[in-house]
Amino acid sequence: MSSIGTGYDVSVSTYSPDGRVFQVEYAGKAVENSGTAIGLRVKDGVVLAVEKLIQSKLLVPGSNRRIQSVDRHIGIATAGLLADGRHIVKRAREESQGWRDIYKQPIDGPNIASRVGDYIAAYTLYSSVRPFGVSTIIGAMDKTGPKLYMIEPSGLYWGYHGIAIGKGRQVAKTEIEKLNLAEMTCREAVKHAARIIYEVHDDAKDKEFELELSWVCEESGGFHQMVPKDLVEEAEQLAKAVDDDDMDDD
Amino acid sequence: MSLKPGEVNLGTSIMAVEFKGGVIIGADSRTTTGSYIANRVTDKLTEVHDTIYCCRSGSAADTQAVADIVHYYLQMYAVQNGAPTVPLAASLFQELCYQNKDNLMAGIIVAGWDKELGGSVWNIPLGGSLHRQPFAIGGSGSTYIYGYCDAQFKDDMSREECIDFVKNSLALAMARDGSSGGVIRMAVITEKGVERIFIPGNELPVHWEG
Repeated sequence: MSSIGTGYDVSVSTYSPDGRVFQVEYAGKAVENSGTAIGLRVKDGVVLAVEKLIQSKLLVPGSNRRIQSVDRHIGIATAGLLADGRHIVKRAREESQGWRDIYKQPIDGPNIASRVGDYIAAYTLYSSVRPFGVSTIIGAMDKTGPKLYMIEPSGLYWGYHGIAIGKGRQVAKTEIEKLNLAEMTCREAVKHAARIIYEVHDDAKDKEFELELSWVCEESGGFHQMVPKDLVEEAEQLAKAVDDDDMDDD
Repeated sequence: MSLKPGEVNLGTSIMAVEFKGGVIIGADSRTTTGSYIANRVTDKLTEVHDTIYCCRSGSAADTQAVADIVHYYLQMYAVQNGAPTVPLAASLFQELCYQNKDNLMAGIIVAGWDKELGGSVWNIPLGGSLHRQPFAIGGSGSTYIYGYCDAQFKDDMSREECIDFVKNSLALAMARDGSSGGVIRMAVITEKGVERIFIPGNELPVHWEG
């Protein structure tokens, strides 16, 4: 302990004197710098959208997906460290299958959120591990309808009508608040989600991005699927048009 | 796995039947060790949750242990998620019966009422498979009444009709099966809860006795 700093930020098993766990807050920083991800829970389903920043032009389009399926009726979008996101999804899939093995039924929203939340929280308790550098958005359809949750690196989670994480979360959240989510259909929500992602994208700092769009809804038969190509193209065109208009105003 | 020397056997006649407002389950009351009747007033209808019951046949020790474990799991489930459904309870029974099939002697019928399905009956025979049935019979005594039950069963019986069906079926099984006998215990499980019915040995329905 000869060098710099207070020493209260090196381990997840030591509190600072004012009761904070710095490592968990640093994990939050990894999320804040990530491309934006949003989730909208509307009357007939859930829509997930991600602004996937392209690290290199040499990457094959569509690689490094940040929206993934957990089960037939559950999708996850992550923001933060890509590899941690994949690990969380792997765990969520195991929990989901484990539930099916025992109960012969698909896991519902509250239970998958609780299982993944508990798992993430466990990584804030031991000095031998580091917290996950991801926030996780879970979209699901179960017996009682559409469900949306967001889990922070601390393991804390809430259910949401709409949520945004990553770089553009502030702007995205104020946009989401303007929407009448309770009356909206997924088809409409897809357009709004695309528009918001294009709007929060900063093309001065980050040049290229891919839009990932998925839904779990009545139209997709209760399955989590990537939104059909024609709908994505339509939504992207609208989003680009709106985004260009905004430019003119400035 | 056969019974060990001296192990207590539920020689048994058990059944469960769907009717209009729920299910009725029933059982004889005989427990034997070889030819000795260890208990003549046994209760083979075991509660695993408020409106979910099981009828046990096979080894008394094995089926009690399995029912205890399921009872515990359902309590834990209910604390977190609210009342479990009957298929969920049946699925837990199946998981235990199938995974431990080499060490168990257990034939279990799960029946009860829940908000999603209303009344339902689930049969888990020796190998640990799971079958939803409109009615199920089990235990050594059941072999004598397959024909009777197939002939008499009707969909959507009234409460009284169904009680008579269960009562007569079990009385016939108990009359023919040496390992079944004693009294009839029944339970009517509906949305409102569970009503227990007891038929003493001297008031059993009498059929042909030769």
